[in-house]
Amino acid sequence: MSSLSRAEVAKLAKLARIEMTDAELDALSSEFAVILGAVDRIQGAPLADVQPTSHPLPINNVTRPDVVIPSLTPEESLSGAPAQEEQRFRVPQILGEE
Amino acid sequence: MIRKNASEMAAALAAKEISSVELVNAHFDRIAEVDTQVKAFLYLDKDGALSQAKAVDDARAKGETLAPLAGVPVALKDIFTQKGVPTTAGSKILEGWRPPYDATVTANLKKNGIVILGKTNMDEFAMGSSTENSAYHPTHNPWDLTRIPGGSGGGSSASLAAFEAPLALGTDTGGSIRQPAAVTGTVGVKPTYGAVSRYGMIAFSSSLDQGGPCARTVLDAALLHEAIAGHDPKDSTSINAPTPKVVDAAKRADVKGLKIGVIKELQGDGYQKGVLNRFNESIELLSSLGAEIVEVSCPSFEYALAAYYLIAPSECSSNLARFDAMRYGLRVGAGDAEAVMSATREAGFGREVKRRIILGTYALSSGYYDAYYGSAQKVRTLIMQDYAKAFAGVDVLVSPTAPTTAFKIGEKSNDPLAMYLNDVATIPVNLAGICGMSLPSGLADEDNLPTGFQIMAPAMEDQRLYNVGAALEAALLSKWGAPLLAKAPALGGSK
Repeated sequence: MSSLSRAEVAKLAKLARIEMTDAELDALSSEFAVILGAVDRIQGAPLADVQPTSHPLPINNVTRPDVVIPSLTPEESLSGAPAQEEQRFRVPQILGEE
Repeated sequence: MIRKNASEMAAALAAKEISSVELVNAHFDRIAEVDTQVKAFLYLDKDGALSQAKAVDDARAKGETLAPLAGVPVALKDIFTQKGVPTTAGSKILEGWRPPYDATVTANLKKNGIVILGKTNMDEFAMGSSTENSAYHPTHNPWDLTRIPGGSGGGSSASLAAFEAPLALGTDTGGSIRQPAAVTGTVGVKPTYGAVSRYGMIAFSSSLDQGGPCARTVLDAALLHEAIAGHDPKDSTSINAPTPKVVDAAKRADVKGLKIGVIKELQGDGYQKGVLNRFNESIELLSSLGAEIVEVSCPSFEYALAAYYLIAPSECSSNLARFDAMRYGLRVGAGDAEAVMSATREAGFGREVKRRIILGTYALSSGYYDAYYGSAQKVRTLIMQDYAKAFAGVDVLVSPTAPTTAFKIGEKSNDPLAMYLNDVATIPVNLAGICGMSLPSGLADEDNLPTGFQIMAPAMEDQRLYNVGAALEAALLSKWGAPLLAKAPALGGSK
């Protein structure tokens, strides 16, 4: 049966950009033992030579004509922004110091 | 009037026996009376609803031609954006967000003059089967306030069963329309994948998510289905074909000569005896109406739950990356963008959402991808093949909707796996992209709580659900002498 150590859960949480408390990491690690035990059943399925299905519909590459249509105004687009400046989303520093 | 069906309300409105403003106010009165107990709603939009109702009344007074449900109220699951109205998807990360646009479903409701009363409670980002994962509060089942109303769309199902709204919207990723319908004695339909636009429907698992109608009768669900469905250029997975004639089918209600397949794998162990008793009685009724009943086997369904709990978390780990604290929603913490994002997601997401994001991140990570996500996608193929084989010999397939009746609030909230098992009979439909309906089949002997009967049909054959569902509904109604919900507790003080 698969399981995930606390350190492995911590690594996944970092990849998923969720800062977790020690208590949360412990709880998740023990829950995953049970959940992975259940999803591991899938390894018993007769999957040789079976093609994967990523989507129930055979629709591909739906495009629209490349014409300008009305869209949200800058004010509407920024209406939910945690911070804004000069008609732009204001975000925390992304790149390191020069 | 609030205890009538939506189609009866529509007829009364058309005959000018009541105005939409009066009808909407009657529902707000009912909500004020019982929602402190039921807690189905996260937000009530009284001003918006009353101005929408007045516009319908004015148009009617002028003699304009109106849509069939014009003036009838609806409760909207809080996963659909509604311009200017708080939309949270049951999450703290979106608390206070007022979307600058309408979901296509919301726009279609407005276009049809269907009056939006407010937003209903749900499991956070639709992840759950009990509505206990709402970041705001649990919703209580009107049949027994100590029990869950199903999930994720428990607010919508409870609002119907409590007569707070005659119609509601849900979304169904693994059963979130059908299981709440089953445990509240209401009707819910997951249409064919791609039949109802996902534009403005906050994404959980994009290849599984599908919006659909919730109601107290099969005909009402059909009327709502036709109002919200149809091709939408804004959704690249929207089917560009006419919507099946589900209203006609609900009125036809004739199963004579139809072949109905009972899925062997969706009964037996794990299913409550009372649920199976009501299911078997419904099968006998359908047989007495002239349907031919056969047993069919779908051997791959054994792996459906495992496949679902790999695919849905994988897709959600990707979809929920958009909640990054940059453009809308919550922002907490200090430091660089990554630190703020991590702190915000820690503060804004609940336990189940984090659990699924981490599980999905794991299933998609290098070294595990083939064993987990890859295998799950192959199981999906097998399940589609099982359905194709079964539908080659029958018109519809049937099963109980959920293995048990409504459980107690808190009973399974610390056992994720037990919670996931609620969806064992509903998940295969989503994996295959076909359509499914749940309608009430009675009350279980053990606990006198509602049980659900599930009907499944091939993609874009949604009318078959409504035909069979309406036939069974009529037969049950004549057997019971009154709708099942007549047996639900009255709630509130005065009525």
